[in-house]
Amino acid sequence: MYGKRLRALALMTAAGLTATLALVFFWAPNDATLGFLQKIFYIHVPLAIVTLCGFVAGGLMAIMHLRTRNPRWDVRSYVAIHISLVFGVGVLITGSIWAKGAWGHWWVWDEPTLVSFLLVMLLYATYQPLRFAIEDPERQARAASVFAITAGVFVPINFAIVRLSTEVVHPRTLDNISGNLPGRMQVVFWLALASVALLWVTLWRYEMASKHARAQLRALRRLLGGEDDEPLRRSAAPSISQAGGGH
Amino acid sequence: MAAALPLDTGGPYVVAAYLVFVALILLYVAIMAGKLSRIERELGELTELAARTRSERPEEL
Repeated sequence: MYGKRLRALALMTAAGLTATLALVFFWAPNDATLGFLQKIFYIHVPLAIVTLCGFVAGGLMAIMHLRTRNPRWDVRSYVAIHISLVFGVGVLITGSIWAKGAWGHWWVWDEPTLVSFLLVMLLYATYQPLRFAIEDPERQARAASVFAITAGVFVPINFAIVRLSTEVVHPRTLDNISGNLPGRMQVVFWLALASVALLWVTLWRYEMASKHARAQLRALRRLLGGEDDEPLRRSAAPSISQAGGGH
Repeated sequence: MAAALPLDTGGPYVVAAYLVFVALILLYVAIMAGKLSRIERELGELTELAARTRSERPEEL
């Protein structure tokens, strides 16, 4: 089910990212203040936005899990948070590189946007250990969903608080964007955002398809009377077989 | 905050940032490739198991 139309999605993502890179380097003008260095903006900011949206999506999926008691929603939430964490690492690294080039420091501790994003990342870094700490899969899924919802609510609140803070060293992106970015830059930014969002969706479906295929294999092995090669052990990653197989 | 470096020296930083992005994607794809090869191996084992089960019970066929 998750592999359906995955090839078309992957091709769209590849085309979008290729077009984005081409436009970033050959079409978008250099920034008047930061010059060529500002090109990092087109990868750093979309990654940050998609990461935060991914965390919120993980929270929404966790709500569905608690509402329906369907463990498949827990798997979906887990994969969403897992991929967002990977993207978040990209945000921190590209942000640090940009900070070094623009401000001369890899990290600025008194900058609210940077520190708040790090806080969000540290918060979500506890998600996997939390899951691993609970052996019973059902209890683990419930606790993980409660965490995902709570942390998912924290993300937009955190974002809003940072916006309201008075220290504005970090550039504002989605604040009157048409007034901040010239036409070409704006086009490239939105294309980059769409491409990175597509990448997130593609990777999410890719991983869900992989988990689903693995669950089907295990079910088939049981049907054929073979031994399950994956003994019961503590794991932070839920499997679809725990969720009862199926779609 | 003033730029710490001259504006025309941002190239290496931009390249580094985009390389990080590409490296993350490649790392993810490599991990998924590992999972795929594991699924492929298990599928092979199951095919063998199915063939063995079939040959052991010819009267049912």
